[in-house]
Amino acid sequence: MLMMIAKRLGMAIPSLIGVVIVTFLLTRALPGDPAAYFAGPAATPQAIQEIRVKLGLDKPLIEQFGRYVVDLTHGNLGTSLTTGQPVATELRNRLPASAELTLLGLLVSIVIAVPLGILAATKPNSILDHTCRIISTLGVSLPVFFTGLVLVYVFYFLLGWAPPPLGRLDVFYTEPPHVSGFYLIDSLIAGDVPTFIASLKQLVLPALTLGIFSLAPIARMTRASMLAVLSSDFIRTARASGLSSYTVIVTYAFRNAMLPVITTLGMVFSFLLGANVLVEKVFAWPGIGSYAVEALLASDFAPVQGFVLTMAVLYVILNLLIDVLYGLIDPRVRLEA
Amino acid sequence: MSIVAASPPRENALAALIKHSRYVISENPVTGFAFALFVLIVLAAVLGPHLVPYDPLQSDTSEALKPPNLHHLFGTDQLGRDIFSRVVVATRLDFFIAVASVVLVFVMGGFAGVAAGFFGGWTDRIVGRIADTIMAFPLFVLAMGIVAALGNTVQNIVIATAIVNFPLYARIARAEANVRREAGFVEAARLSGNSDWRILAFQILPNVFPILVVQMSLTMGYAILNAAGLSFIGLGVRPPTPEWGIMVAEGAQFIVSGEWWNAFFPGAALMVAVFCFNLLGDGLRDMVDPRRRT
Amino acid sequence: MKRRDLLKSMTALTAAAAVPAPAIWSSAKAQTRQETLLIVSESGPNNLDIHGVGTNVPGYEVSWNCYDRLITHEMKTLPNGTPYYDKTKFKPELAEDMNVGDLSATFKLRKDAAFQDGTPVTAKDVKWSFDRAVTVGGFPTFQMSAGSLTKPEQFVVVDDHTFRVDFLKKDRLTIPDLAVIVPCVINSELVKKNATPQDPWGLEYTKLNTVGSGAYRVTNWTAGSQVVLERNDKWKGGPLPKIKRVIWRIVPDAGNRRALLERGDADVSYDLPNKDFSELKNDGKLTIVSTPYSNGIQYIGMNVQHPPFNDVKVRYAVAYALPYQKIMDVVLYGLGKPMFGAAADTPTEVAWPQPHKFKTDLDKAKKLLAESGASNINVPISFDLGFAGVNQPICELVQESLAQIGITTTINKVPGANWRTELTKKNMPLFTNVFSGWLDYPEYFFYWCYHSGKSIFNTMDYQSLQMDTFIDGARAAAATGNWDSYDKDVKGFVDLAYTDMPRIPLYQPYVNVAMQKDISGYQYWFHRRLDYRTFVKA
Repeated sequence: MLMMIAKRLGMAIPSLIGVVIVTFLLTRALPGDPAAYFAGPAATPQAIQEIRVKLGLDKPLIEQFGRYVVDLTHGNLGTSLTTGQPVATELRNRLPASAELTLLGLLVSIVIAVPLGILAATKPNSILDHTCRIISTLGVSLPVFFTGLVLVYVFYFLLGWAPPPLGRLDVFYTEPPHVSGFYLIDSLIAGDVPTFIASLKQLVLPALTLGIFSLAPIARMTRASMLAVLSSDFIRTARASGLSSYTVIVTYAFRNAMLPVITTLGMVFSFLLGANVLVEKVFAWPGIGSYAVEALLASDFAPVQGFVLTMAVLYVILNLLIDVLYGLIDPRVRLEA
Repeated sequence: MSIVAASPPRENALAALIKHSRYVISENPVTGFAFALFVLIVLAAVLGPHLVPYDPLQSDTSEALKPPNLHHLFGTDQLGRDIFSRVVVATRLDFFIAVASVVLVFVMGGFAGVAAGFFGGWTDRIVGRIADTIMAFPLFVLAMGIVAALGNTVQNIVIATAIVNFPLYARIARAEANVRREAGFVEAARLSGNSDWRILAFQILPNVFPILVVQMSLTMGYAILNAAGLSFIGLGVRPPTPEWGIMVAEGAQFIVSGEWWNAFFPGAALMVAVFCFNLLGDGLRDMVDPRRRT
Repeated sequence: MKRRDLLKSMTALTAAAAVPAPAIWSSAKAQTRQETLLIVSESGPNNLDIHGVGTNVPGYEVSWNCYDRLITHEMKTLPNGTPYYDKTKFKPELAEDMNVGDLSATFKLRKDAAFQDGTPVTAKDVKWSFDRAVTVGGFPTFQMSAGSLTKPEQFVVVDDHTFRVDFLKKDRLTIPDLAVIVPCVINSELVKKNATPQDPWGLEYTKLNTVGSGAYRVTNWTAGSQVVLERNDKWKGGPLPKIKRVIWRIVPDAGNRRALLERGDADVSYDLPNKDFSELKNDGKLTIVSTPYSNGIQYIGMNVQHPPFNDVKVRYAVAYALPYQKIMDVVLYGLGKPMFGAAADTPTEVAWPQPHKFKTDLDKAKKLLAESGASNINVPISFDLGFAGVNQPICELVQESLAQIGITTTINKVPGANWRTELTKKNMPLFTNVFSGWLDYPEYFFYWCYHSGKSIFNTMDYQSLQMDTFIDGARAAAATGNWDSYDKDVKGFVDLAYTDMPRIPLYQPYVNVAMQKDISGYQYWFHRRLDYRTFVKA
């Protein structure tokens, strides 16, 4: 097991290096001049040049890259121009917001998609099957920001059921004391139930938006996996032995079918972490997605580089966890490795 | 005496394909519906600009923001342009974006993948590294970065979509090429004196195409959604070009004040198109390899 | 459970769900809501100190409310009842007495003024703050120089409570320049404790902390998310503000901001599309106040050094082709003052902004273009994406009109952060932009926008000796009080601007603010940001 982990990490290093290089080049290719931005309105060309020298932007690209790598090894991800804060601090503060949202979105998606997939698998090619497929495909056919805006319009503006889209917490609640950064967990640890409920209420609409968007891949994979398992011998035996439909489907088939679904979950999670930049913009969510988008549009290198690097590292860790989980659940995988 | 059976004449092969398709479509009415929708979209893309009642770029400020009525079936936008005309004309551009992205990624990813699978060794390693590096990025942010760096033109949006989907195609193509590497027909081609590249281009790639075509229809939908997302942040196509994504993004600001038609009609068109492409993908998968149905 | 009972309970549940959930306010929460002003806007500050490097405009609002200045303006009342700062009348803030002489101005500081940490405000702090403003470079130094405040030697500490500003030359803008946001008074001892050799002015410390004597202080700042300000109960610069706490939340989506206001979940916003302001005004559910930008104009600019716009006939053609009224109707919804279409016999006034005599006349435009001999013109038309709500439809309408006289354009969106860079390069042939000056004097506007000195705001790269003479003459005349000469020069430069037409004014924008009906006390200031000190919640 440890060997596998070490090997995987080793294989991931070249990708991470590639990511660092590509991001560096891409951000340097962005239009816009941070020196002019920093120098402020009404700066003369001389003033801008001075700032450029001060920021080290006049040095050749190789040297800038070298300094960036050295900074990285010290854990210094640079400072953001638009917010004026160190990137590492901001990422650390904002990551839990995005992670909490994405995890909850994934949960919502699983809760809807898995039953849909199972249901569709029990009666292949029936109207039920087609309906399930249509529902899940519809969800992924709309731009995610559009779904979000429509949900806000209907559930907040028209019906007043959802709270105002003001971010993670209503203005009159204070954050729970920081343990994990996940408000849901932290408020429970502090025993503060009203804050827990308030955080949950703010999470509903954005999580629903993300969930709708990721229904299709999970539902499809569940259906395919269930179909494959349901046609296998041991299920036939179980049915022949007279076990109830429920036992057959849930206790036997489902457990075995979950493995490919878990792999899909990993893929969907990392896809969502990238896609939630749009959801964060709609819901004023203080996560890393909105942070990165604002920085990108302002040609602010450091946050974009920091964001991409963080996501790449997360992605590697996530895939590793999935493989480990897979190995734990399915002994055959472990034995092969 | 052994009689070698003559290969079936070409017409029979085509007839067989049609018969098989018809069987699949009748099996699954949803696929038939998706095919019909696809034909409709193509017709709108080709004939649309000639048939629309208004010039999609012409403003008429006295008619700004009018709800759907007899003169303007889908209403008018903030500059008084007819939304119905714009939505229909946008079909061509969005269809182009979808098809161009998919063709580009098939050529890039498909070719790289089969080369990696066929030659193995360093080719395989390099292609694999490139694919892994791209996959490690949050994909939408990579698309944003590429368009922001290169400029927001249709070409760059297509290029960004193709790059972001490259790893998936490379991976599938590689797996298929690996399998067929030792196949008989490849051996035969080699013996006939075909160079490796000719084998790749004319023997292997065409065999990989049916597998990839399923993914391609999904990518078509993704390309359009990607363009919409980019428009929402301001990196989409240039105004005043009609394109569903940018019309939805700009129309979104009118939802709260009640002018729902600005975002609804382009949004519906977009949804129908992406929906159609996704279902089409399922249908094609059934035709090509029913074992892979999900 | 019997089926019938189940169905009955289900119906009851569904019926209950169909009724909108009531807002659940506990009494304690309701009270806090009453004492707090909740502002929503599209973007927030990136620095709490206006002297900071690259501080953005929202940062100015924090500085205004958290720091004091020597003097401030009296208020006059506009016909619509809005209090408006009076550019000619000053009143004490930190200084309780001002004595303006020929060569200097002497200020007597209030003896009871103290910084928020309790330290008394002395003249030493004022000098340190002013020295900082003219030394750090960038925007603050530039703004100080607009009033001929450029050298630390001009700032003299006479004694603990007396401070003198020596004039380098006579400039009527010196005193008004002391009332703008930049010359704020900072707690020098506290900042010096937090300064480092690399950062002698303590800019890193003041970026994150407000250390003034002002009416509010920032207690919580999450960049990009919210700013929380609490009242300084010991404030001496004016009557104690009624609002105890201000929460400023960043909400990027304009539709959501409107939704929040309409549902009563936000108190104030000045960041909505013009259409929304216009509709909300008609609805009557909120109070909408619209005030023209002092000394501000949205215009179409052309680079006059390169073809095709180096030919004045082509510029005239564009000026006749622009769809002025369409822009007023569907972009501004009437919330702007037209700067076009003055009658042919209108005399030039000694005032700015002032409308020009061009109006939409496509035939005239085509004729002029033909006369100029220019043909096949194809240029990009650029705008600042940061203000796309207004800029994009303007450019789309202009594009359409220009196409009708034979000029082809492609729309070029420039992200907000890059806009200044593009302006500095001075190579955009055609663009739209807005400029307004804090000091509301015609010569001030013309100095930055039409003078040949390569100012970033002379976006058209316009060089004219005659124009420079008029502008310099006006400034000198104002400094000495020679009003006849001044009037002549002002009329001169306005006429020349409209004869040469390097930029085509479209309209004078309005500053619009939407507030709940129970909020009053909004005042218009030259910086167009909110002054929290006068707000009252009924």
